[in-house]
Amino acid sequence: MKRVVITGAGTINALGHDVPETLEAMREGRCGIGPLEFRDVDRLSIAIGGQVKGFEAEGRFNRQQMTLYDRFTQFTLVAAKEAIGQAGLEFTGELAARAGVVLGTAGGGVSTWDDNYRAVYEEGKNRVHPFVVPKLMNNAACSHISMEYNLKGPSFTVSTACASSNHAMAQAFQMVRSGMAPAMVTGGSESMLCFGGVKAWEGLRVMSKDACRPFSANRNGMVQGEGAGIFVFEEYEHAKKRGAEILAEVVGYAMSSDASDIVMPSKQGAARAIAGALADARLNPEDVRYINAHGTGTAANDKTECAAVADVFGRHADELMISSTKSMHGHLIGATGAVELLACIMALRDGVIAPTIGYEEFDPECALDVVPNEAREAKVGVALSNAFAFGGLNAVLALRKV
Amino acid sequence: MSVKDKVIGIIAEQAVLEPSDVTMDSTLEDLGIDSLGLVESIFAIEEAFDISVPFNANEPDQSDFDISSVAKIVEGIEKLVAEQHG
Repeated sequence: MKRVVITGAGTINALGHDVPETLEAMREGRCGIGPLEFRDVDRLSIAIGGQVKGFEAEGRFNRQQMTLYDRFTQFTLVAAKEAIGQAGLEFTGELAARAGVVLGTAGGGVSTWDDNYRAVYEEGKNRVHPFVVPKLMNNAACSHISMEYNLKGPSFTVSTACASSNHAMAQAFQMVRSGMAPAMVTGGSESMLCFGGVKAWEGLRVMSKDACRPFSANRNGMVQGEGAGIFVFEEYEHAKKRGAEILAEVVGYAMSSDASDIVMPSKQGAARAIAGALADARLNPEDVRYINAHGTGTAANDKTECAAVADVFGRHADELMISSTKSMHGHLIGATGAVELLACIMALRDGVIAPTIGYEEFDPECALDVVPNEAREAKVGVALSNAFAFGGLNAVLALRKV
Repeated sequence: MSVKDKVIGIIAEQAVLEPSDVTMDSTLEDLGIDSLGLVESIFAIEEAFDISVPFNANEPDQSDFDISSVAKIVEGIEKLVAEQHG
């Protein structure tokens, strides 16, 4: 089995338009959640979100690209440029033939669906632009990275709701670890912050109207975010030989299915994924110092997740730190695990634990060290990143300091 | 603006050329317009003239709409405009 390291990271999300800006905001415990701005927002009862502001696609992309790139693809390409630029890899010859792209997204081109449904239903138009399908398809972002960077190996998109990018990154990791690919571009992207996207979530009645306060006794739901996180996963020797900067090592993963309920999380399913990731990485529970929680800020997730962590780690659960950065960037749904992996990298590399902001009241059902409100300095050797999706599909990644 | 000028404007925009570079005997291939560019041009033409163009990208040769040159396209559109708005 090969060792797998991360040699490039890129992002755009409500906290920043790149990795340094995002990590700075996480260190400062800044909140990227605010009033949503888009057409018909006044008809929504949920009017806040972690929206990417100050992002102009015009100027970054040419006219032809603009007709083909939904916002989720635009986010992906911005993040991929940063990640692949940092990695310094040029995909040519054998490397190009074997390296691919595995991305996660839950909704794909949601605003393209939304805009065109409006055109045909609301405005009564009978004709839509010919690129509606290639623009909205869930694999569009993956394909555009592949085309832009000449990645010709195994490439596809995974859609497992809120665990999409963790499933995608687990798959990319497995491909590099097994020797199937020398490098993979992976992560996820999501852009559901449009009228139809938020209206659908509103219907479920799990959204907060004021803030995302994971683990706090007065938490009242999740807040949606948007953006992308993209990484270059590379075989360790390949990276070392070319003198690449290594951000962290990916050491294991596990996936599980609750097989129980379409929306309610299960402690057993989550615990099996966490324990499975430890076993896969050959780690002892005591090795783990930080967990980036799924931590959605819903009543059900946070207490179930804490119970699962307590089950897996036993007494060590009280020694480790667990925080939810969703309190700052919102829930990026299919991209969330990718953006949250940045908090794990920051913990391992910089020794800074991103806080759970908005924390106000102790909840005995979430009695762990949730790093409330302020970032903390700590030496971390191993970190986990949890993602537990609607539909009961779980994926946990384990990372180690290099 | 005449049908001809409007069509040339649309094709020129698609080909990222000046309208003066688009001549009546140019083919779409000469202008560097590929199959996606073609369907996009047809969409823009339909929007501009509020007509429906009978074109199937699977069998461009079998379509009633001749796309072999700019002149043929203009001719076809003039006919469609007359039929559908006449």
